[in-house]
Amino acid sequence: MHTGTRWHYTLLIALLATLAGAFVGTTAAAQSDTDPNDAGVFGQLSFEDEESGEDVPAAGVTIEVEGVGSAETDENGEFRIAVPEPGNYIVALDVETLPDGVNLRNPDANPLEATVNQGRDRRVLFPLVFGEAEESTVGAITFRRVAQLTAEGLKQGLYLAMAAIGLTLIFGTTGLVNFAHAELVTFGMLSTYFFNFYGLAGVIGFLAPLPPPFGGGVNLALAAVLGMLSGALLGWALNRFIFRGARRAGVSLIAQMVMTIGLSIVMRYVFVYVFRGAPRSFGDYAAQRAISLGPVELTPKDLIAMGLSVLILVGVASYLELTRMGKAMRAVSDNRDLAESTGIDVERVISLVWMSGAALAAASGVFFGLDQTKWDFGFRILLLIFASVTLGGLGRPYGALVGALVVGLTINLSTLVIDAEVKNMVALLMMALILMFRPQGILGRAERIG
Amino acid sequence: MDWGFILERTFSTMFGVEVMVFAMAAVGLNVQFGYAGLLNFGQVGFMAAGAYGLGVSLSYFQWNFVVGILFGVVYSIVLALILGVPTLRLRADYLAIVTIAASETIRLFVRWRQMKEITGASEGIGGFADPFYDVAINPFNPGQRYEFGPFSYLGRDLWVLTVGWILLIVIVLLVKRMMSAPWGRALKAIREDEDAARALGKNAYMYKLQALMLGGVIGGFAGMLQVIQKGSIQPDTFNPVITFTIWAILILGGPGRTWSPIIGSMIYWTLISFLENVLRGLPDNQADALEDTIKLSDFNVSQVRFILVGLGLLLLARFRPQGIFGSREEMALDDR
Repeated sequence: MHTGTRWHYTLLIALLATLAGAFVGTTAAAQSDTDPNDAGVFGQLSFEDEESGEDVPAAGVTIEVEGVGSAETDENGEFRIAVPEPGNYIVALDVETLPDGVNLRNPDANPLEATVNQGRDRRVLFPLVFGEAEESTVGAITFRRVAQLTAEGLKQGLYLAMAAIGLTLIFGTTGLVNFAHAELVTFGMLSTYFFNFYGLAGVIGFLAPLPPPFGGGVNLALAAVLGMLSGALLGWALNRFIFRGARRAGVSLIAQMVMTIGLSIVMRYVFVYVFRGAPRSFGDYAAQRAISLGPVELTPKDLIAMGLSVLILVGVASYLELTRMGKAMRAVSDNRDLAESTGIDVERVISLVWMSGAALAAASGVFFGLDQTKWDFGFRILLLIFASVTLGGLGRPYGALVGALVVGLTINLSTLVIDAEVKNMVALLMMALILMFRPQGILGRAERIG
Repeated sequence: MDWGFILERTFSTMFGVEVMVFAMAAVGLNVQFGYAGLLNFGQVGFMAAGAYGLGVSLSYFQWNFVVGILFGVVYSIVLALILGVPTLRLRADYLAIVTIAASETIRLFVRWRQMKEITGASEGIGGFADPFYDVAINPFNPGQRYEFGPFSYLGRDLWVLTVGWILLIVIVLLVKRMMSAPWGRALKAIREDEDAARALGKNAYMYKLQALMLGGVIGGFAGMLQVIQKGSIQPDTFNPVITFTIWAILILGGPGRTWSPIIGSMIYWTLISFLENVLRGLPDNQADALEDTIKLSDFNVSQVRFILVGLGLLLLARFRPQGIFGSREEMALDDR
C-alpha cells in the first residue's frame, strides 16, 4: 500500500507535467500567429469633481479591446492596450468598474470603434461625467450572440469546474466546507504571475538577477505548472499544519468552517499586501487577436486553455475511476468509517485530496488569469463556485462538473435578457431553486441531508 | 508621540458608533448562531436590507421617518424568509452557503444601474436622515463637540449614540428575557439536539425560521443606525468582510451569552483603534523606519487590520471556540 500510494503521487505529478508540456507546445504554436508590434490603443479617463471642480482621474476602470484583451486604468486614469496588428478594433469600457457616481457622458458611444495604424498608438476618448447616465438597453437576441455567449459560458463553466471539484472533494472526504477555496484559486493565479515575471528563485526578490529559469521570469506555460505545484504544496501545508491538527483535537466542523473563513481573510489581505490592488496581466500572450470559428470568436489562448481544462477534467475523472487512490478517495467520500476499516489510510487520502484540490483550483486561477489577474479574483467567483457545487450536490465530483457547466452557460446566456452587471444574481437564484426542489443536487442521491 | 491624544481617541471609540452598530449586528447574530445554532454568514445583507428599507422609503417614496423604520424591519423579515424557507430544512452548511451568496447579491442588486432611480445605484442615497436629528427631543447641538472626561463626541453623533445605546440595551434585555422564556429554551434545545426536540413535538423548522427573522431584524436595526449616523447609504460599504468582523466580535465575546456581543465589540474596536492610532501617530522618522522594513503606509494599516481579524478568527475558532469568557458547557462552536 505504501509504495503504491507513492506511485500515485508520481502519477499525479507526471500527469500535471504532461499537461504542462502540452500547454507549452500548443501555446508556442499559438504564439507564432500573433506578432506584437508597438501599436495599441490608449487614453486617459477623468471626470470633474462635483465640489472642487477639479479634474479627478478615474482609476481601476476596465477597458476592453474586443478579441485582444483588457486593461484597467492606473492611478492617473491612464490605460494602454497593445494590439497585435494594425486594423479596426472595438474598444469597450466596463461601466460597472467606474468609480461611484461616475458615468459615461454619452453611453451610446460605448463600445467605440478605433482604427490603429502601423506602429502608432491610437487615442480613444470616453468622456465621463459625475451624475446622470442614460438607461442601458439589452441587445437583441441574434444567433451570433447566442453562439458567442454559449462559447463564453462553456469557457467559464470549464474553469469553474476545476475549482468546484476540489471544493467538493474536500467536503466529501472531511465534511468541511472550505470558504478559503476561492483564495486557492487566487493563489494559483498570483503565484503564476510571480513565476512568470520573476522566475523560479527570483520570487524571493534578491535572487531576481539570476539567469532564467531561476531569475528574470519563465514562460507562462512553465510558470503555470510551477503555480499549480505551489498550489498543491499550499494545499498540503494547509491540511498538514492547520486542519489535520484541528481534526485530531476534535475541533467541530463548524469551528473548522469559521477557521477557513479566517484563513480566507488572512490570505486575501496578504495577497493585496504583496500584489497591491491594481489588476495586472501575465507577461505572455496578453494581446491576442480572436479567431472566428463560425459564429464564435475566441482568442487562441482561450481555445488552448479550454482544451487543456477538458484534458485535466478527463484526467481527474479517470484518476477517480481507474486508480486505487481515486477509488480510495471515493470510498472515503462515501463512508469514512467503512473505508478506514477496510484498511484505507484516510489521512493519506485527505492529504492527497487537499493537494489535488488546491492544484486544480490553482489551474483554474491560471486559466481565469489569462484575461486578468487580481488579488480578490477568487472571492468574486466564490458565489459561482458554491452555486456549482450546490447544483451538483455537495461532495459529488461529477455533480460539481455538471453544476459548473450549467452555471457558466446559464449566467452567460442570461445576459441576453438581463444586464451583464447582475448576471451573477442568476446563479444565486438557481441555487435557491435547486435547494427548494432537489436539495441533493442534480447528480446527488436522494438521502436525508436535513 | 502624543499619548494623550491616542488614549482620548481610544476611549472615545469604546462607546462610539462602530462599537454600537457592530454590537447590535452581533446581538442579531447571537440570536441566530449563539442561541439557535444557525450559520448566518450574510449578516451584512440584513444590515443592507434595513438600511435600504429606510433609505428608499424616505428618499424615493418620501414617506414618514417612522414608516421608513417599519420598512427597514419588513425588508429584513422578507430577506430572512427568502433565505430561510429553502435552506432551514437542510443541513447547516447550506444556510451558510446561501447567506454568504445572498449578501453579496444584495450588494450587486442595489448598485445595479437599472435601480438608479430607487436605490441610487453605485452613488447610493443621501440626505434622508435629517428628520432623525431635527426631532424636538434631541437635546444636543449637532455641530458642537461635547466632552465628558476622556470621552469626546460631536453633538450629531451623541444623539445617534444615545438612541442607539438605549435601543441596544433594550434589545439585549429583551433577547435575554426571550431566551429564558419557553420559546428560547425550545430554541436552545433544538440547537443542542434537533431530533430530540422534534421528538418532543417542537416544530424545529418554525423555531429556526423565527430565530433567523428576529436576528435579521436586529441586524436591520444595526444597518439603519449605521446609515443614519453616516447620513448616506453607500452600497459598497455592505461587503462580506463586515459579516466576518461581526463573527469575530461574537466569537471574541463568546456566542450564546447575553452581553457577549457588546463586550466583544468593545474589545475588538478598542484594540483596532489603539493599534491604528499608534501606527498612524508614530513620529515621521519612526514611521519611515517602519515603512522601510515592512512597508506600513496608511493604505496598508487597514490591510494589516484585516489580516489580524482573519488570524484572530482562525485562532479563536481553533483554540477557544467558546470565546474569551465563554464556558464550553453552555456554548461552543459545536456540531449540531
